[in-house]
Formats: sequence, C-alpha cells, structure tokens
Amino acid sequence: MQVVSPVREPLITGKKTYHDVTNDICIRVEEKPSKYWMMAMAVSLGALLVGGYALAITLWDGIGMWGLNRTVGWAWDITNFVWWVGIGHAGTLISAILLLFRQKWRMSINRAAEAMTIFAVICAAMFPVVHMGRPWLGFYWALPLPNTFGSLWVNFNSPLLWDVFAISTYFTVSLVFWYMGLIPDFATIRDRAKGVSKVIYGVLSFGWDGAAKTWARYESVSLILAGLATPLVLSVHTIVSFDFATSVIPGWHTTIFPPYFVAGAIFSGFAMVMTLMLITRKVYKLEDYITIKHIELMNIIVMVTGSIVGVAYITELFMAWYSGVEYEQYAFLNRTSGPYWWAYATMMTCNVISPQLFWFKKIRTSIAASFILSIVVNIGMWFERFVIIVTSLHRDYLPSSWAMFHPTLYDMGVYLFTFGFFFTAFFLFAKFFPVINIAEIKSILKSDSDKKPVAEAVAENINQ
Amino acid sequence: MTNEKFNFTASLKKKLIITGIVGVALFVIGLAAVMMGGGHEEASHGAEAAGHAAEAASHGGGGEHGGSSWLTRIFANLWINNVYFTGVALIGVFFVAIQYVAQAGWSAPIKRIPLAFGNWLPIAGILMLVTWLVASHDLFHWTHEDLYVEGGPHYDEIIAGKKAYLNTPFYLARMVIYFSIWFLFFRWIRKEILAEDLDGSTQHWRKLIGISAGFIVFFAVSSSMSAWDWILSIDTHWFSTMIGWYVFASWFVTGLATITLIIVYLKESGYLPQVNSNHLHDLGKFVFAFSIFWTYIWVSQYLLIYYANIPEESVYFMERLNSDQYAPAFYVILIMNFFFPFLALMTRDAKRHVMFLKIVCPVVILGHWLDFYLMVTPGTMKEAGGFGFLEIGMAMIFGVAFLFVVLSSLAKVPLVAKNHPMLEESIHHHI
Repeated sequence: MQVVSPVREPLITGKKTYHDVTNDICIRVEEKPSKYWMMAMAVSLGALLVGGYALAITLWDGIGMWGLNRTVGWAWDITNFVWWVGIGHAGTLISAILLLFRQKWRMSINRAAEAMTIFAVICAAMFPVVHMGRPWLGFYWALPLPNTFGSLWVNFNSPLLWDVFAISTYFTVSLVFWYMGLIPDFATIRDRAKGVSKVIYGVLSFGWDGAAKTWARYESVSLILAGLATPLVLSVHTIVSFDFATSVIPGWHTTIFPPYFVAGAIFSGFAMVMTLMLITRKVYKLEDYITIKHIELMNIIVMVTGSIVGVAYITELFMAWYSGVEYEQYAFLNRTSGPYWWAYATMMTCNVISPQLFWFKKIRTSIAASFILSIVVNIGMWFERFVIIVTSLHRDYLPSSWAMFHPTLYDMGVYLFTFGFFFTAFFLFAKFFPVINIAEIKSILKSDSDKKPVAEAVAENINQ
Repeated sequence: MTNEKFNFTASLKKKLIITGIVGVALFVIGLAAVMMGGGHEEASHGAEAAGHAAEAASHGGGGEHGGSSWLTRIFANLWINNVYFTGVALIGVFFVAIQYVAQAGWSAPIKRIPLAFGNWLPIAGILMLVTWLVASHDLFHWTHEDLYVEGGPHYDEIIAGKKAYLNTPFYLARMVIYFSIWFLFFRWIRKEILAEDLDGSTQHWRKLIGISAGFIVFFAVSSSMSAWDWILSIDTHWFSTMIGWYVFASWFVTGLATITLIIVYLKESGYLPQVNSNHLHDLGKFVFAFSIFWTYIWVSQYLLIYYANIPEESVYFMERLNSDQYAPAFYVILIMNFFFPFLALMTRDAKRHVMFLKIVCPVVILGHWLDFYLMVTPGTMKEAGGFGFLEIGMAMIFGVAFLFVVLSSLAKVPLVAKNHPMLEESIHHHI
C-alpha cells in the first residue's frame, strides 16, 4: 500500500483519468501541426540556414574565419562547447538522480529533458569537431586507432581525449535510456493510429506487446541504465573541468573545478529545461501535468545549484588571495577589474544574485519571472565559461603577448547554427514524439491526484 | 502513535564507562610509552627531524619552539578528535535540516537520532576554544608573532600576506560565531520538533522547512570556512580550493554511518518498530553513495594536484606519501573509505541487512577518523607523529563522551515524532 501524506500537493491536477492522460498527450502527435508550431519551426530553420552558411564557410576556408589569435587560442568555440554540454546534464540528472531520490515530480518533465540532453550534447560535440579544421579526419585524431590508420596514436594523458570517451559514453547511454522510455508510449500511439503512421510507430515501438514479462524486462533495463547514467552524468562535466584544471594556467588550475562544474551544469541544464517546458506547457496546454508546483521545484533546484556555484566563486576568489601566489592573485584581479570586468560582473549577477530572487515564493511560482530568470541564468552560465576561458588566456605570461578576443561573424554564425539545430530537433521531437511519459504519469495518477475524504481513506486503511 | 522513549539503561552506561576507562588506560599507557620511549624515538628520528627543521627554517618559518613532542602529540590528537566529532554533531543537524527542506517522507521516524547529535555542539565548541587557547602555538605555525616581523629572522612573506584572515582575534571570532549560530539553529529546530509532539499542528513542519533552509545556507558557508580555519591553516603555506568540500564530504559520510549504526543498535534493542529493512536500505544507500562522493572529491583534489605538479601544491601529498610514518595511512584510508564500503554495500541485500551495516559503518567511521588524523598530524607533528595507544585511547574517550551526550539527550524525549505529517507515509515506506 502506498500512502501519501496530506501535506503533499497533488502532482497531477484536473482530476484526470487514465484515458484523459493518453488523450491529452497523444493528441499532440496525432493532430495537424498548429500555426504556432509552424512559426516556431520556421524561425528555427531560418537560424539553421543562416548559421549553416557560417559553418560551411568555416569548414571551407578553415577556422581562421574565427576571431582566435595566438594568445587567445580558445574562445567562443570551447565556451559554446562547455555551455552546451552543461545544458546536456539536466536530462540525465532528472531521469537518473531524481529517480534515485524518488522525486516523482520528475515524471512530467523527464522525457523532454532527456530529449533536450541529447540535442544539447550533439550541439556541444560539434565545436571540437569543427575546431579540428578537417573534421572528416577527426576519427583518426580522436579515437585510439593504431598508427597503421595513418595517424599518430592518441595522447592518453590528455583530458581532451578523456572527453571523447566520457561524452560518447554519456551520449550513448542517454540515447538508449531515452529511447527505452519511449517504447511503451510509441506502442500507445501505434494502437490508436491508422495507415502509415501505424506502421511507423509500430516499427518505432519494436513490437511492444505490453505483457507482464515485457514490462518486467523494461523495468530492469531502466534500473540498470539509471545506475549507469548516474556516474556518467558526473563524469562528463568532471572531465570537461579537467580540460582546464589539469593545466597550470592561473585561473584554470584549481581543485574545486570538478564538483563546481557539475553544479554549474545542473544549474544551466535546469534553466534550459525550464525555458523549454514553459513554452511547451503553454502551447500544448499541459498545465495539469506541469503544474506551478513543478515550476516551483525546478526553481528551487536552480536556486540551490546557483548558490553552490556562488560558494565556489567566492572560494576561488578567497583562495587566489590566500594562496599568496601572485599569478593567481593577478588572474583574479584581472577577472574582476581588468578589461573583461563586464563579463565577470554579468556572470556574478546572472548566476549568483538573480537565482536568489527565488527565495520569494511569489517569484518562484510566477511563470513570467521563471521564464525570464531561466534565460538570465543561461546567459550567466555562458559568461561563466567565457570568463574562465578568455580572461585567463588573454593576459599571457609576457605582456608583449597580451591580447583581446574579438568574435567574428563566423563565431556568432556557428553558435547560431547550434541554436537552429537544437530548436529544430526539439520542435520535431515535440511534434512527433509524446512529450510526457504517458506510462510513468499513469503510475502516479491514482495515489497522488485523488484527494479522498478522510473517512473514506481511513476505512480503506482498515480494510487493508 | 507510540510514546516510546529510549531507556539509557544502567548496564549500557556501565558498558560505555568501562569503554571510557579502557580508553583512559590506553591513553595513559600510550602516553607513558611515548614519554619514556621518546628518547629512542627522537634519536632514531633525529636526523629526519633536523632535516625538517632546516627545511622549515629555509621556508623562513622557524616557529618550532621546541615544546616537548609528547605534549604536541596530545594537542594534535585533541584537535583531530575535536574537529572530527564537531563534524559528526553538525552533520546530525544538517541531516535533519535536509530532510525538512527536501520534504522527505521516509525518514520521519528516525530524525530524533541525528537531532540528538546536536547536543554535542556546545561541548565541542568549548573544547575547541580551550584547546586552541592552550595549544595554538604548537598546532598552528601561523600563530607565531615573529613570522610577521618584516626584516626579522623568521619573517615569512607568504604567511604575512595571509594576515588579514589568519590572525588570532578574527580566528577566534569566527570560531565563536560558527558554534553559536550552529547551536542556536539546533536549539530552534529542536524546539519546533518537540512542540509538534504536543499540539500536532502541521504548522511546525512548515516552519521547520524555513528554519532548516536558513541553517543550510549558514552551513554551506560556515562548513567551508571552518575547514579553512581548522584544517587548511595547519599547513599554512599550502592551499586547495577543494578543502572545504573535502572536509564536508568526510564529515558527512561519517555522520551518515554513525546515524545508521545507532539506528541499527536501537532496532536490535527492540526500539523503533516503525523502522524496517526499507529504511535501512535507504540509510545504506546514503552511506554507499556518499562514500563514493567522498572518493570523487578525494580523487579530484589529488589528481589535479598530481597532474599539474606545482611544488607549492604537491608538497601536501609529498609530506604524506614520501613518509614511512604516513604513507601506510594514506592507502589504508582509500581501502576503508572507498573500496570496502563500495564493494560491501553494492548489492541491494547488503543494504537491507543489519549484519552488513554493522560491519561497514564502523569501518567507514574509523576510516574517516584516520582521514582527519592524516589531515592534521603531518602538519603539526612533522615526521615525529605516531600512531599508538595514545591515539586509540583518546579517540575512545571522545567517542564515549559523544555517545554519552547523544544517548542521554535521546532518552529525554520520545524516540519517534508523534505528529510528524510524514509518519504514515514512512511507516508504509516500501522500496
């Protein structure tokens, strides 16, 4: 018997029946694309096209099209890479870690968050690949292939190589996990569909028959994948932080980086989930599934992870001073008051100060405020990576090598391309795939949505 | 609901007192051995000690005002145990606070146990203050005035640069502030929890979410800062941004293992009928997961310092790894705190059976004590540090005192919250 405390608010509102759930979610797949969807898709494809031009020129003419110079050899490319990888953390966090903590509210948002994860990781992976200059040779350079394949053996000491392993493993497991969860829902759509879509969703559902045995296998595979995904989600951003922290560059080499990067990744990932879910909720009228309570809980996670990141910023600043190492001291003085002070100030305001607004219940339960702050947070997290990367590099050891970084249109264009790709993929997902996990939502419908009168509940207890 | 209270029986008290007496005896034997054998030991370590003194002098230090090494050893042990048990007490309150802010349901019947840990805080605060006032010159190199005299023979530029943070008045003020606010939050949380027993209003539960959030905010800052004060500043030249979270991770897993062990003990003595193998499973998962978390923090700190190989940073691990005195502990800690709990608590069944928890938790508790030993001793004792009856005895005395305080306060109030809104949910908890 499952008992739910009366102090808990219901997770699904509107007195839904099982059939309502199926209908509400399947209808979006079955109906003709709405006007809003068409408009959103047109904008995304436009971004993809314009960005695609910048990408094509970059690939044709080489990465000299970017604003990199001898001093700042890494700038927007790796900033965007880390930013997208960070966003790609929320999906697995919600599916795996919130699953371990038995947070049932995750069920309304995990499907879309996992999809977002997969698209974000693809966007992220593009940057190192494009930065290779000749990506068609990338496999030879990035994978540990023997010398007979015409390339040198990879450098196992390099965290950049560990990134290849960590991200590709994470991507694979996330993809399988996401798809596994989709199978029963595809079967639901198949059973309602006619004609060609019945065949397509039939193939996508791998012939799911809904038998008890099939469900048992499904559950054990889900559990194994959740167990695998948890260390993976931590490993990815840990290794991304190693890209910087294993070096001896002042401002990069600091031991707090791994957990602090992971916290930052969860922070930005949740903010992006919030942005997407608020739009989806509105357009698809999912207010009963993604309630104000869900929004509030997500905002609390944003606030907590933002504060963890804040503690890490202050620890870094303090330790730079405390260490007595003049290079570290200068790196942080330059961050806060050098030519890029505005980037540092943006980062601090967006990441540490703005999430503190969520201490007010009015703000964390306001849809408009949540939407605005979710975007503010992601701006802040982009600047965090920019600050770490560019301000540490642009003041080289020799003042004669000091430089600034100026992005070109192609830096911006390639970034725009990833946005175009991300939103195109997300809107396609939202149209053709069920955006909420139908099967899982049904499992919490009974216990949580019914507020029984006390007498009835007591009688039921006695009977059991 | 039951009105069950924990009965701190005379026989249990007797057992604890006997353990305490054994601890005192071991301490005395250990101390005698150190004092008498000191000559031998110093002779054999003479060369190394001299080498180290020269090194210290070349650093511009020279603060080793030749106090007797057995006295320093007692002080160092007082410091290890103080920091360690303060952490366990603090984690008790932190655990309760986390349960409220997360609105956790499963833990409703067990919260009084970690809550009782908080009663150690005032004692820990006084002990910490007294130890510091007596022993600061022996434990903390930076407290020597001559380091800050510019142009003086012992002037240390790096340490002088830290003066704004590392100076006695500010340091003591911080210590007093941490303990007072921790204690006030603990009393406030306890007051609300007990008030809930009387009137049964869910308002207390709601209010506790707010108070707990306040405590966690203060804890987030103070746990890192206290680690800088009490651990980092021992090796005054060394620095690591991770140390605050490292100390927290070590404290947290120790606290979780202690909570689990006491619950298992109470369960076996016939208390806590509401607690079943599902709750033990959750506690086991906590110990398992945070053992991995500690290891994650450990690896991150070690690997980054190892990889960059900057002398100012790697010296911390060199002192430990290149020393016959400390290197064994370095590896033993990893076995006790990672490999053993990781393998032993891997399966679902292991976490649900008291037998496994009764083996793993003590290992983790001792392993993290050793972790604190290794954080404090090399910096305070240099190569003259030792591990013997003195260490074991003093840790036993502290452990007994801690348990005495915790169990007597546990006996004063009902063992399980009567009107906790999650109680019903927790009783039917099934995973």
